[in-house]
Amino acid sequence: MTTIAGERIPRHGSRIIAIWLVLTAISVPLIVLVLGPHLPPPNMTVESADQRNANIVMTALLVPIALLVLVYFIYSFVFFRETSDAIVDGPPIKGHAGAQLLWIVVTSAIVLALAVWGSYTLIAGAHGAGGGQGPDPAAKPPGYQHALPVQVIGQQWDWTFRYPTYGGIETRDLAIPDHTLVAFHVTSIDVTHSFWAYELGVKADAVPGVDNIAYVNPRHTGFFQIRCAELCGLWHGHMAKKGRVLAAPAFQAWIAAAQKQNASIVKYLPKYSRVYYPLPLRRAG
Amino acid sequence: MSATPIAAQPPVWRRLIGFNMLTGLVLGIGGWFLGAWIGGQMAVGHPYLQGTDQNDVGIYMGYLFGVIGFLVGLGFANYPIGRLLGRPPTLRQHETGSWTRYFRLCTDHKVVGIQYLFGVGIFFFIGGLNAMLMRTELLRPVEQAWPASQYLTLVSLHGTMMIMMTSAFILGPFGNYFVPIMIGARRMAFPRIEALTFWLVPAAGLILLSAIAFGGIATGWTGYAPLADEGRAGMDAYVMSFILIAISLTLVGLNLMATILTMRAPGMSWTRLPIFVWSVLATSILQALAAPVLVAAMAMVLMDRAANTSFFLASAGGSQYLYENLFWFFGHPEVYILALPGFGIVLELLPVFARKPLWGYRLAVAGMLGVTLLSFMVWQHHLFVSGMNAGLRPFYMLTTELISIPTGFIFLIAIGTLWRARIRFTVPMLFALAFFFNFLIGGLSGVFLSDVPSDVTTHGSYFVMAHFHYTIVGGLVFAFFGAVYYWLPKMLGFELNETLGKIHFWLFFVFFNLTFFPLFAAGFLDMPRRVSTYAPSLQTLNIFVSASAYVIGLSMLIFIANLVWSLVFVRQPAAENPWASRGLEWQVPTPVPVSNFDRVPVITSGPYEYGVPNAPPVADFAPGALPAAGS
Repeated sequence: MTTIAGERIPRHGSRIIAIWLVLTAISVPLIVLVLGPHLPPPNMTVESADQRNANIVMTALLVPIALLVLVYFIYSFVFFRETSDAIVDGPPIKGHAGAQLLWIVVTSAIVLALAVWGSYTLIAGAHGAGGGQGPDPAAKPPGYQHALPVQVIGQQWDWTFRYPTYGGIETRDLAIPDHTLVAFHVTSIDVTHSFWAYELGVKADAVPGVDNIAYVNPRHTGFFQIRCAELCGLWHGHMAKKGRVLAAPAFQAWIAAAQKQNASIVKYLPKYSRVYYPLPLRRAG
Repeated sequence: MSATPIAAQPPVWRRLIGFNMLTGLVLGIGGWFLGAWIGGQMAVGHPYLQGTDQNDVGIYMGYLFGVIGFLVGLGFANYPIGRLLGRPPTLRQHETGSWTRYFRLCTDHKVVGIQYLFGVGIFFFIGGLNAMLMRTELLRPVEQAWPASQYLTLVSLHGTMMIMMTSAFILGPFGNYFVPIMIGARRMAFPRIEALTFWLVPAAGLILLSAIAFGGIATGWTGYAPLADEGRAGMDAYVMSFILIAISLTLVGLNLMATILTMRAPGMSWTRLPIFVWSVLATSILQALAAPVLVAAMAMVLMDRAANTSFFLASAGGSQYLYENLFWFFGHPEVYILALPGFGIVLELLPVFARKPLWGYRLAVAGMLGVTLLSFMVWQHHLFVSGMNAGLRPFYMLTTELISIPTGFIFLIAIGTLWRARIRFTVPMLFALAFFFNFLIGGLSGVFLSDVPSDVTTHGSYFVMAHFHYTIVGGLVFAFFGAVYYWLPKMLGFELNETLGKIHFWLFFVFFNLTFFPLFAAGFLDMPRRVSTYAPSLQTLNIFVSASAYVIGLSMLIFIANLVWSLVFVRQPAAENPWASRGLEWQVPTPVPVSNFDRVPVITSGPYEYGVPNAPPVADFAPGALPAAGS
């Protein structure tokens, strides 16, 4: 307690900071150790594991900020409320230069640190490689020149996939080999879609006339969910299917079977190209 | 000054004839048929129009002539025609007299404010009803309640209607009604334009609703281009209504800017300007600069659809990125058009109910102007995974995260104002305090979206949807209801029932959070936006969300019941200053006289001098001699 002008004033600031420190000390380890492994996306690839790390870092940083504001507000509701029915004016404090300066410096430091960290991991690490980067990617994982190209074609309302290094065959199922860098070349032949492979940590808009590249490096085999994340018309919600990450020998067997299946029809397919320009549909409903 | 006594009124049926909303609707419908016929004649010889299942030129011409007919019927042509005929520059104003002035062209800013309140409110409830119907569909993971096309139309109508109407939610009712009074002016700078900005809103709302009759809208509120080219005639309604709203927003911005810059009473210095007026000024700048870009984008969609151009069709040399960039260059400032007035309202309410001066007034102003400036530099964060130039992503990540610095100022101001305050938890204060809780979650969830690696998961998912509902509903709509409970006693002259108000608040606050917080998890768990088919594993979560959403709907019904109960049945006249506020708007009589002030007041003190010893009254309302300059 300090005494100002004969009035006993509790040390509100110290109390609030103390409550906040206790809550932060409890919540941050919980977030990192308990919640963190459940944050999305599942770590099926190098990229998605890095995205999950980004989510853990941000949650652990933002929750204490939210706690500070909430502790302050709840504390003020309890201790700074008018208990009588009378309308009584509070102390006429119009500002505090030091507090304002401190707030500006601290928030600016947090924001700049976030931006620098985000940019560094985006460019130097592989964090951003799973997001669609257009035809000229900036975040290139090592060995990107030898990545396995897989073309993803969005259309109303399905995904098809072409493998240019395997004769340009087109399949309705997506399979990629394990422990191999894959370059998804996402494009569309009608409207804008968005290729979202949740477990892979991949999201890339499928834009007509654009080759949108996303890299991914699978770490273990299994199924992953494919969805469309950009409204594309009537059956947008039905553009969902399962893809597979296969061990290398299984992938070779799968692609050989697909080539065999495609052998009779591949000559009817348009020549493989990074983009396609079919006639537009106008006012087709 | 009391209202001038009215001479004997003609009977009601006689008053229905003349320039009013009824005539406007009749001429509007007539104009629609005339325009559609003209459009049909224009289409002759143009096979690309006749070959499709509807003639877009005819529909656009119908809407155009319909709007012109509506405005002529309301009497907007009378003044220019009178001037052309050499009449003196006066306007037959319906500023005094009966309730019918609310259904006419009226240049009294207080009438326009109330027109806005009810006009926008009706469309807001239609948009909310759409949300209830959507949540009904999502009770099961497969299509059940509505066919897929109707579900998409509901999604699009809900989004478009809400974006349009919430843009006018605060500046329309409270900006028009209170800004002139708060700055000591007797009217707005351009009263006829002010009336026009209102009457464009119901025109736009009705045109948007007409999409239901024209095959619906399949694009959501964003109207992305190649899909918009495919859409049926409902897309034309979307384009036309957005053009009208954008014109209205631009004019509102220019009008309020001119009013605030030029019509402040003597003594109303920039540092005495109420913080709400500052937020309106910042929003006006955004509206005047951003909304015209939307008109341009919509005009291009219109040309693509009606005139066979190819601005957005890759196969003919266009690019849909052009649409996305134009749209979000409007669209991102637009979300601050929604957020800033909310900041202004909560900061206006806090000092009144904390009984303390606004803490850090200048920092609050700096925060709002900082948001205004930065909001034009962040729009490509909507395109992080679109295949935009990948090297630009760190720049937009930086600007997006920077904008949280000025936004954070608003929280600091609240923290400072509540410090050792004497808080009274009235209904307006509850809404203002809930704003900070909701906006905190909304703002911090935005940091995930601003970070590109994290955005790969959250982009286009329910996480985004929860994020912007936390900022727009949790922020703007809560601030709006705070303003309603705070200012309605002055606007309508009657008290609202406090108990019903508190029930409304607690139901809305608790179930708003129960509705939208789980949706962050839905986004994290792989649920994209705008689908009526989703993973069966998420059904329990969606049922919970739908049930909570229905309670939000119920809380809105309680609000309407409160409005009807208090205004129609109880009619308890409100005190002139029930909150003991120092705001200038509370020092004028209720109902506010037509010209607001007998004499233009001289402002002698700031509006937030609560507890300041010997603070002078906020204004001198009968200035005989000017007081000493200074302070």
